[in-house]
Amino acid sequence: MLSISNLHVSVGDKPILKGLTLDVPAGEVHAIMGPNGAGKSTLGYALSGRPGYEATEGAVAWKGDDLLTLDPAERAAKGVFLSFQYPLEIPGVPAMTFIRTALNAQKRARGEEEVSAPAFLKLVKAASAALKMDFDMLKRPLNVGFSGGEKKRMEILQMALLEPSLLILDETDSGLDIDALRIVADGVNAMRSPERSMLVITHYQRLLDYIKPDRVHVLVGGRIVASGGPELAHALEADGYDQYMVQAA
Amino acid sequence: MNAPVRIDLKTVETIPSRRTEAWKYSDLRRWLRDEPPLSPALPEGEPNAGPFKALTRNEVLIANGRLNWWSEGEMEPGIEVSRHAGPDAPRMADEMPMGALAAAKALEGVYIISFKAGAPRTLALRLLSDAVKTGHHARIGVVVEAGAHATLLESHEGWGEAYLSNTLLEITVEKGATLERVVLVDEPHDAISVASVEVRLSKQAAYHQTIAASGAKLQRLETRIAHAGEGATVRMDGLYALSGDRHTDLTSVVDHLGPDGLTSQLTKGVVRDTARGVFQGKIIVERGADGTDARMGHHALILGERGEIDAKPELIIYADDVQCAHGNTVGNLDESALFYMQQRGIPAEEARALLTQAFLIEVVDRIAHEGAREVARTWLTERL
Repeated sequence: MLSISNLHVSVGDKPILKGLTLDVPAGEVHAIMGPNGAGKSTLGYALSGRPGYEATEGAVAWKGDDLLTLDPAERAAKGVFLSFQYPLEIPGVPAMTFIRTALNAQKRARGEEEVSAPAFLKLVKAASAALKMDFDMLKRPLNVGFSGGEKKRMEILQMALLEPSLLILDETDSGLDIDALRIVADGVNAMRSPERSMLVITHYQRLLDYIKPDRVHVLVGGRIVASGGPELAHALEADGYDQYMVQAA
Repeated sequence: MNAPVRIDLKTVETIPSRRTEAWKYSDLRRWLRDEPPLSPALPEGEPNAGPFKALTRNEVLIANGRLNWWSEGEMEPGIEVSRHAGPDAPRMADEMPMGALAAAKALEGVYIISFKAGAPRTLALRLLSDAVKTGHHARIGVVVEAGAHATLLESHEGWGEAYLSNTLLEITVEKGATLERVVLVDEPHDAISVASVEVRLSKQAAYHQTIAASGAKLQRLETRIAHAGEGATVRMDGLYALSGDRHTDLTSVVDHLGPDGLTSQLTKGVVRDTARGVFQGKIIVERGADGTDARMGHHALILGERGEIDAKPELIIYADDVQCAHGNTVGNLDESALFYMQQRGIPAEEARALLTQAFLIEVVDRIAHEGAREVARTWLTERL
């Protein structure tokens, strides 16, 4: 289970997260909703260890490890996966090479046996077919010249192959049309399992029609200001964040 | 303009320094103040041991400035090696003063390697330095005769320490002939080495060059091409991967003398620590060389706070109807991309190496000879 307690994160000199506390038990999907500037993306970066998003106070425990002491690659090997709102382009590195390098680096870090090239090819073919992806795309440099939808699908493909245990989806629905959204959501839903925790960060309720959360948290002003069941997302869609803004200020 | 100076290593004032325009980023006089003693002759070296050993049995091995071994008697037909006392001055003595010095000091005159028309041939030319605080000079000629097709796999293999190696290579590619030259340069960090290469390219001929260098205390690899145009093509590429306090200088001049010539030049490099990469590329399009198409690119990465890149791209155009372009960029690895890779589990060092390799590999991919391309790829991977 993921346990965040009193997390404070500053970006530059500016405090963004101001005492965030949150538990996500194994097997559950929790949504983080909040207005622009509430610190949603910062939470994703802080959990995954992006330089410049260091915690100044608080703790993050994941399966008994103190995540905050690990570098980003070590966190990934522990199962942390951040699906980026805007996945990066990696010129010159074919998507397949990238994913295999990542998978084997994680396996090395965990003391597991690496996956051979033929075995990996088999895995990747099956996973890309399930996401209705053109296999040739995997031979191209990762995300270079891909559309927004293709990039998101590539994120889901990586997720399926790396099999993380803590998924953080940062505004995964942004830039997706309904068809692409359905494919991406199906990919995420296929990952749901009793061992896996998911944190779905989103501005809009729309995504949560496709990825049904067990719990919904409202993030405003760097803190969780309200928590509830899936009905909370619908209430937010109807009433907006204004009521919480006052409370946070 | 001053009269060209003939270098005499005994007279320090004649050694090019940073006050000499063509040498301003490679201050030879700073490191070379006197004539080092002559490097000793070496016992016969191990043949077929260079980086290209798996690709050809045709080999010429020059060690400390002397012919050490060559595959005499076993050479495939169509390749000839001969020696000339060579009193003649090099063609570009004024432009390449260190080349002129090599010609004057070469112990054994000039060795000329000729490729005859017929089946394509590949030859390994190994320039071995194994010396400690001594110096040696060599002069080599390569002639690719009309209609011949050759691949020259050249390795500068340096051992020992603090030596001076100075080489002049004069290449003639006759009408309709082709030469691909792939050069790997590995030398001790405290060596001083200069290679001056002069290429005369005839009509309808092709000259393709890729130099990969890892630097030395001062390393200059200079290429000057007289480009006849009229269907002749040049591809001239460079690659450098420098660390520590190493220095490399890739200087080139392509002079388009006739119409309808093509030049495509791509140099990429990476420097770490306090290393310094120098790129000086000049393309001249002479009056009447209309229809010339010349493109030059130099792109480099500085990894770390204290590395340095000096780049001086120049296009000098006297003709009207030409297409010329140059591009030059110096930057760092994209931090966001690095974080993205680390987030997927790739450790920082590996992520950097992967991104750097991806940046540089474009130069390797342009090598036509498949075996040489793979050797260059391995060379690069091992230096990241």
